[in-house]
Amino acid sequence: MSDTTALAIYNVSKRFEAFHALEAIHLEIKKGELVCFLGPSGCGKTTLLRIIAGLESCDEGEIVQYGKTVTHLPPSKRDYGIVFQSYALFPNLTVAKNIGYGLREKGMEKKETKKRVKELLALVGLSGSEEKYPSELSGGQQQRVAFARAIATKPSLLLLDEPLSALDARVREHLRQEIRELQKTLGITTIMVTHDQEEALSIADKIVVMNHGVIEQIGTPLEIYRHPKTLFVADFIGKINLLNALYRGENLFSVGKLSLVVHLDETSLPAEDQAAKLLIRPEDIKLYDAEAENIIEGIVLKMTFLGSFCRLFVSINGLLESVLLLDLPHKVLLRDAIREQSPIKLAIAPKDICYFLEPTYA
Amino acid sequence: MRSVWEDSNRLLLSALTLLLTLGLCVIILAPLVQILAQSFFDAAHRFVFLDNFIDYLTHEKSLRLIRNSLFVALTSTLIVVPTAFGFAYALMRSRMPFKPFFRYISFLPLLAPSLLPAISFVYLFGHQGFFKPWMGGGTIYGAWGIVLGECFYVFPHIVMIFLSALSLSDARLYEAAQSMGASSLKKFFTITLPALKYALVSATLVSFTLVVTDFGVPKVIGGDFSVLATEIYKHVIGQQNFALGATVGILLLVPSVVTFLIDSLVQRKQKAVLGSKFVLYVPKKAPIFDTVMFIFALWVALFFLIVLGVAFFASFVKFWPYDLSLVLKHYDFSSMDGGGWDSYLNSLTLAFWSALLGTIAVFTTAYVVERGKVFPPLRAFLKLLALLPMAVPGLVLGLGYIFFFNHPHNPLNALYQTMGILVVCTVAHFFTASFITATTTIKQIDDEFEDVAESMGVACYETFFKVIVPIATPSILHIARYFFVNAMTTVSAVVFLYAPSTTLASVAVLNMDDAGDISSAAAMASLIVATSLGITLLFDALSHFALKQSQQWRKTR
Repeated sequence: MSDTTALAIYNVSKRFEAFHALEAIHLEIKKGELVCFLGPSGCGKTTLLRIIAGLESCDEGEIVQYGKTVTHLPPSKRDYGIVFQSYALFPNLTVAKNIGYGLREKGMEKKETKKRVKELLALVGLSGSEEKYPSELSGGQQQRVAFARAIATKPSLLLLDEPLSALDARVREHLRQEIRELQKTLGITTIMVTHDQEEALSIADKIVVMNHGVIEQIGTPLEIYRHPKTLFVADFIGKINLLNALYRGENLFSVGKLSLVVHLDETSLPAEDQAAKLLIRPEDIKLYDAEAENIIEGIVLKMTFLGSFCRLFVSINGLLESVLLLDLPHKVLLRDAIREQSPIKLAIAPKDICYFLEPTYA
Repeated sequence: MRSVWEDSNRLLLSALTLLLTLGLCVIILAPLVQILAQSFFDAAHRFVFLDNFIDYLTHEKSLRLIRNSLFVALTSTLIVVPTAFGFAYALMRSRMPFKPFFRYISFLPLLAPSLLPAISFVYLFGHQGFFKPWMGGGTIYGAWGIVLGECFYVFPHIVMIFLSALSLSDARLYEAAQSMGASSLKKFFTITLPALKYALVSATLVSFTLVVTDFGVPKVIGGDFSVLATEIYKHVIGQQNFALGATVGILLLVPSVVTFLIDSLVQRKQKAVLGSKFVLYVPKKAPIFDTVMFIFALWVALFFLIVLGVAFFASFVKFWPYDLSLVLKHYDFSSMDGGGWDSYLNSLTLAFWSALLGTIAVFTTAYVVERGKVFPPLRAFLKLLALLPMAVPGLVLGLGYIFFFNHPHNPLNALYQTMGILVVCTVAHFFTASFITATTTIKQIDDEFEDVAESMGVACYETFFKVIVPIATPSILHIARYFFVNAMTTVSAVVFLYAPSTTLASVAVLNMDDAGDISSAAAMASLIVATSLGITLLFDALSHFALKQSQQWRKTR
């Protein structure tokens, strides 16, 4: 591990009786990064966070924070701050006492504590709320207090366990940008657990996609979205069309009666007649224009209004079992008078098609 | 694995878990094991295994006792369960007036020793009873007197079961039924009753067990009609035959344990019924139904007030029923058996210490069981120990205490015949109900508080006192009150354990009645009720005050 590594996790495993919660987790987090653990519920992301926090013990493996092994240290001997989904603000203590809760413990003077609390409240935009109780604050404000409390002791690591999921959509969107800005200002290494892919894609430096206790992929949001390494990641992040295909050679895959030209990936070249899954994002399917490749035709079965664009369900000629999803702006739909039952002509650029090869049993 | 020694929080919690487990083993498990062991030996200390039971059960007299016990228990249950259901139904599902008043009235019996209703019935229908002339040749002494007294004594326990069950029903089910045009009767049979089936099972079992194991009522009004519970008392106190007492005690343990097991099974099922959020049912106005329910509740309330009132009134009467002029002479206990005013002061001492130590023990145990984080199997065992007293009748527990603490080789022998053993026994006796209250409260407190505190390096006891206790204050006060009132009224366990210097008010009632001085018994019983009532009001006021103090942070948005 290098000097810029804030946290390193080596081969961490955790079992709950017969259930493998985590298996051989390997992960390095750099200083100042915001990393999101993303995955469906039960994928082990919260367990991993709790192991990093020392609230749960791991059966195997090692955790190293700034060069110091912390695997078996109790939480109080580790250096981090944490925000929970429920915020866990002590209801009977005022905002000031909540934020100062750990400061007095660290031996800070009363006067200094007061100053630090004031400073933190200013930082999260809640100046003057010292004497309020948590129940007198809105959900978003409570979240800010929890955030202030977590960073009060200037920890080198901030852990956020689904901090936004209890809030309604608008507040959530606003607060996640705020968290991101604060995190950048403070330069604090942060791990955030979430099941909301949009949240992860919009603020993370790096996303760790997890499923069934293993890491499926680690990468920047763009890498994860554009170049998913596994079928699970492709399917979990965003909407995607999945098509069963066979490789026919010459960059051509056949899907039903169609053939599609695909840009081949040097690291995973298909053999002739090898089965594969083709992946196409809905926004990558365009309306046909003169210079297009991979032209396909079909009939619009259904249209769903989704605000800025419309999602179309198109049954493709020559493709019996699957329906393609694609997203088109309203203007285009109006211009071309596309409605349900309209025939439609589409095109897909070869570079926009990903593929996963099925293992061969030769 | 992490070493416990590195982590002061875990070290403290481990020590506490061990200490509490050891403590509950001594005050609950050991006496029970002792009585169980005792029942396998004969009077000459030879091991005879089940011979004691076989001997006992082959006696014609024992079979009669069992029949008698079953008869009064079944009859009382048959009367109490439907009545209590009706009463609870009136409180929850009608819009009759004066509901808080009715609720209070129905809980009044909890403030009195079970001897009190029996005394009242003696005053009303006994040899010198007010209504004696109208009773023809009938007598209150015997089965029917016991049944009447038990109904009074058991009623509040059963009402509580139904009240909590009725409060759980989902208004949306009724709205759905209504939208489909179901009649009131159909709604009752398809929604209300099925939702209550577990409560019905619980109520029946609890009522049955309470009656079988109570000995206060049959002692006072049973006359020649003996039941199992009075028999233990006779064997142990009258004849000093401990072995036989143990045998009968184990027989009494059977229905309690069965009730306990079925009840915990039922509780688990009931939980599955709930789960999701539900909408509280609010009864609509229904003039005829409301009036009928009001009249019914009024009769029940009247019954309670008369029973309580008669004992109270009679304690001030010069010579019932012939000279009804009011005097205070029955409150001069100095010339009486049973310890007089000293026993009242002893009871207050017992109640104070039981409330104080019991509350601390119960709340700490519940906290360690729920949030201890160390030794999961040991905590599960600790929980089992805490739930065990529910399955043990007071008489059996008291007898177990004799066997265990009076054992010459027991280092705790010094406790015997002191106030200490009475406090310990009372805490053990009433442990479970308070434990369940405390557990419920702690479960409602966010379990991430401890995690947050730990991550900030704050010691667990600091969070316990600064956060957990303030949040749980109303529930802690409730537990303290429960211990206090029960310590004032209980007879069953302590009747075997008091010494001449530690006589208790509730036991004094028993002894005065035994000595034929029923007026003084009534006076002492009234004194107990008044004290319990006073304490209840005091704690209500404290609770109200605490809530008011914390109003600012407790209010929900």
